[in-house]
Amino acid sequence: MISIGIVNVSYIAATILFILALGGLSNQETARRGNWYGIIGMSIALVATVTGVVTQNYEYLLVALLLGGSIGLILARRVQMTQMPELVAILHSLVGLGAVLVGFATYFDPEASFSGVEKTIHDIEIYLGILIGAVTFSGSVIAFGKLSGRISGNPMLLPARHWLNLLLLLAAIWFGYQFVQESALGAGINPLIVMTLIALMFGIHMVMAIGGADMPVVVSMLNSYSGWAASATGFMLSNDLLIVTGALVGSSGAILSYIMCRAMNRKFLNVIAGGFGTTSGGGSGATVEGEIVSIDAEETAAMLAGAKEVMIIPGYGMAVAQAQHTVYEITKALRAKKVKVRFGIHPVAGRMPGHMNVLLAEAKVPYDIVFEMDEINEDFPDVDVSVIIGANDIVNPSALEEPDSPIAGMPVLEVWKGTTTIVLKRSMATGYAGVQNPLFFKDNTRMLFGDAKDSLDAVLKAL
Amino acid sequence: MKIGIPRETYSGEKRVATTPEIATQLMKLGFEVSIEAGAGTAANFSDQAYQEAGCNIVSSAADLWAGADIVLKVRAPNEAELGRVEARHTLISFIWPGQNPELLERLSASGATAMAMDMVPRISRAQKMDALSSMANIGGYRAVVEAAQHFGRFFTGQITAAGKIPPAKVLVIGAGVAGLAAIGAAKSMGAIVRAFDTRPEVKEQVESMDGEFLMLDFEDEDGSGEGGYAKVMSDEFIKAEMALFAEQAKDVDIIITTALIPGKPAPKLITAEMVESMKDGSVIVDLAAEQGGNCELTERDQVVRKHGVSLIGYTDLPSRLATQSSQLYGTNLRHLLTDMTPEKDGNISVDFEDEVVRGATVSHQGETTWPPPAPKLSAAPPAAKSEPAPVTPAAEQPSVAGPIIGMLIGGAALLGLGAVAPPSFMAHFTVFVLACFVGYMVIWNVSPALHTPLMSVTNAISSIIIIGALLQISATDQLIMWIAAFTVLITSINIAGGFAVTHRMLDMFRK
Repeated sequence: MISIGIVNVSYIAATILFILALGGLSNQETARRGNWYGIIGMSIALVATVTGVVTQNYEYLLVALLLGGSIGLILARRVQMTQMPELVAILHSLVGLGAVLVGFATYFDPEASFSGVEKTIHDIEIYLGILIGAVTFSGSVIAFGKLSGRISGNPMLLPARHWLNLLLLLAAIWFGYQFVQESALGAGINPLIVMTLIALMFGIHMVMAIGGADMPVVVSMLNSYSGWAASATGFMLSNDLLIVTGALVGSSGAILSYIMCRAMNRKFLNVIAGGFGTTSGGGSGATVEGEIVSIDAEETAAMLAGAKEVMIIPGYGMAVAQAQHTVYEITKALRAKKVKVRFGIHPVAGRMPGHMNVLLAEAKVPYDIVFEMDEINEDFPDVDVSVIIGANDIVNPSALEEPDSPIAGMPVLEVWKGTTTIVLKRSMATGYAGVQNPLFFKDNTRMLFGDAKDSLDAVLKAL
Repeated sequence: MKIGIPRETYSGEKRVATTPEIATQLMKLGFEVSIEAGAGTAANFSDQAYQEAGCNIVSSAADLWAGADIVLKVRAPNEAELGRVEARHTLISFIWPGQNPELLERLSASGATAMAMDMVPRISRAQKMDALSSMANIGGYRAVVEAAQHFGRFFTGQITAAGKIPPAKVLVIGAGVAGLAAIGAAKSMGAIVRAFDTRPEVKEQVESMDGEFLMLDFEDEDGSGEGGYAKVMSDEFIKAEMALFAEQAKDVDIIITTALIPGKPAPKLITAEMVESMKDGSVIVDLAAEQGGNCELTERDQVVRKHGVSLIGYTDLPSRLATQSSQLYGTNLRHLLTDMTPEKDGNISVDFEDEVVRGATVSHQGETTWPPPAPKLSAAPPAAKSEPAPVTPAAEQPSVAGPIIGMLIGGAALLGLGAVAPPSFMAHFTVFVLACFVGYMVIWNVSPALHTPLMSVTNAISSIIIIGALLQISATDQLIMWIAAFTVLITSINIAGGFAVTHRMLDMFRK
């Protein structure tokens, strides 16, 4: 048993290590070190708490820790990189559930004795902790379902959904008031349970209404929520380590969501309120006329081999088809022929922030040929061939050219400025935004229809 | 319908409008093909080869014209041939209606349908029928061969036991199809090739052939005219251009000029002084000789030697490569006929809705149909095309009032909180606010490529909530203990899973 002072010092150390961990993630060289900082910080916090605070029931504790740890490790080993968004979503739900459970346990805890204002504040803290935890939990579960395809990715829009949300919010506030009143008299379990159910419904409703293209925002938003849940729990337990760590995670998630929203030129509230492109009736105007020129794999290979500058733009289609390894084989073949190959990544390509980078990294694509949209968007006039693999909205010129398009103003990769664009696509279906893409009808665009993996394998063979 | 191919009568013309191979393909379209005896001999296609391909050999031109509905030729019809044209005939050949108004008049007077291969519009779809390009390609290649013939040295540089041989320097003026072909041919023979063109857009094409593009240091004047051809340039531009040529003339060994402006005499680019300044033994090939020549001293259809420089003014370069050019020209004709025979039943239809057919047809049913309404399409899009007005993201003037009001409300809320909250809460609250700011500062620097690892690591860190469960697990209350134990279980899944998956991801990022 170590003294409470030592425990607090350990918490400070853990806090600093967590900040270093987040800072370390700022670039590839220091990222691995950052992860180790996080692991060390977590271990210090765990050891200090177990040795300093826990007094009995060690056996349950150890069993739970070991069992949970092994499940986590196995999950991490087994998961395929394309399923990363689902994994992150389901892990978020665990944090939310944790917050709910800790909140209830605190409420049941007879040892905590507060009175007056402190009692009220403590009750509000419990209430908030459970509320945020429950929203995080149910929202993450639905996000997991959507990302793994168990639930349709289309936004489910209830009539008058904004009013419904408002009603749920008001109900939550009213039950909160009830809870504080009753809790002062030693009761209050009923309002607490009703509120938890309302919060769960709210989480479900919120994520159901969000379309597949907005998933990166949702995932990072849930990440943020899980942080706030931890922070609220920290207030509830008067534990600074929880407060600080929760706030770090919460603000990081919020910033990521903000970055994603900016990448789509959309308001955060707009995304949360849901229904991308559906309010305007599924893509107004954008009827495109023109001729589509298709191309086969051999011609594609010949064009690639004859080019000097090739830009590859991966999208969700590459993830679906698991084509990243073939993409890299093609890249290697082209680089051997002295073709300059670069990758252009749109911030919202894929289903979570940085999704494409992870997939390309998995395929061992060196990260110094992978560029962000802002870094390469001006280079397109010099590009001989752009290859678009299963992306649609992020290369849609109508975002810049048609003011009434649902995606107007969203920054896009300006591939059409290059000499030739080859688009790999399964069919002529529209992207998640439901907007027709005039790029496909441009004179210098060639369509290579078929599953991305099969098409690319054929291209690789022809190379 | 019957296709007839007469022997070319123009003196020195060796080409023929179809080859045995192409004749077979024409028959597949449902046509009968007759050919005048000896028509392909000069291009190395014997009558026997045509016969084996299934063509009728007709002994005289008069009989051939009399028996044919469609006549395919290379050169425009001469006096004797014009006499044989009847209203039922469709004549397809080079016609040059702009230069030969009289010919055009007589063709339309005859009532025949005349299609000029030189008038096929320059649009992507018609590239396969673009006989001018296929002939220019051959001309460019042949120009280099002719130059090599008259040039006394190697093209490629060599270091031999007998001494060092410098590579020949070739200047190509006009990087159209012929110019590019010349660049390619000269380059593959080992010469140093430079090229000049008034259209800056061809710079890339020149460089793609490994040629060096000579830039004119001149305020951006774009020489691209309609249809991808060049246009007349301003006086200052021409002056700067001439200075460049004068300087190059002293340096290079071979000049190949291909500069043409549609419907105008060829611009005089190489003056007598420039020729004089060239080294003895140099060669100038003037591909524009037919339109008056780019060089002042060129003599049409002649090779002359002036000031020690050989000036080649042949106008029949494609004909000097007759086998190849007959094959390409015949293929161009076949593509045109294929497009005009959609049913593949051997009956052509002159469909004026078809831009290509409309463009090529110069006379139809007794009427002159030249010039056609201009198709406004270019192989290279005109640079002056105005950019569509970019959609500016919904302009939001950040109002000063907004943040101030926000700050006031925030400040008031904080004051209110401070007024009622106990000190223990405020201590935690301070920590909370500071931590939010630290998070904010740290995260802005994260590289976008690492967003996914960042999320999984923050996810792992957020399971610090396990501390809450650890604080409760020692409770004597069984319910609380079990809830806490379960929370430890699920959060430890998160801790191990989050860190391990981050580690796995980060391991994959490498240079």
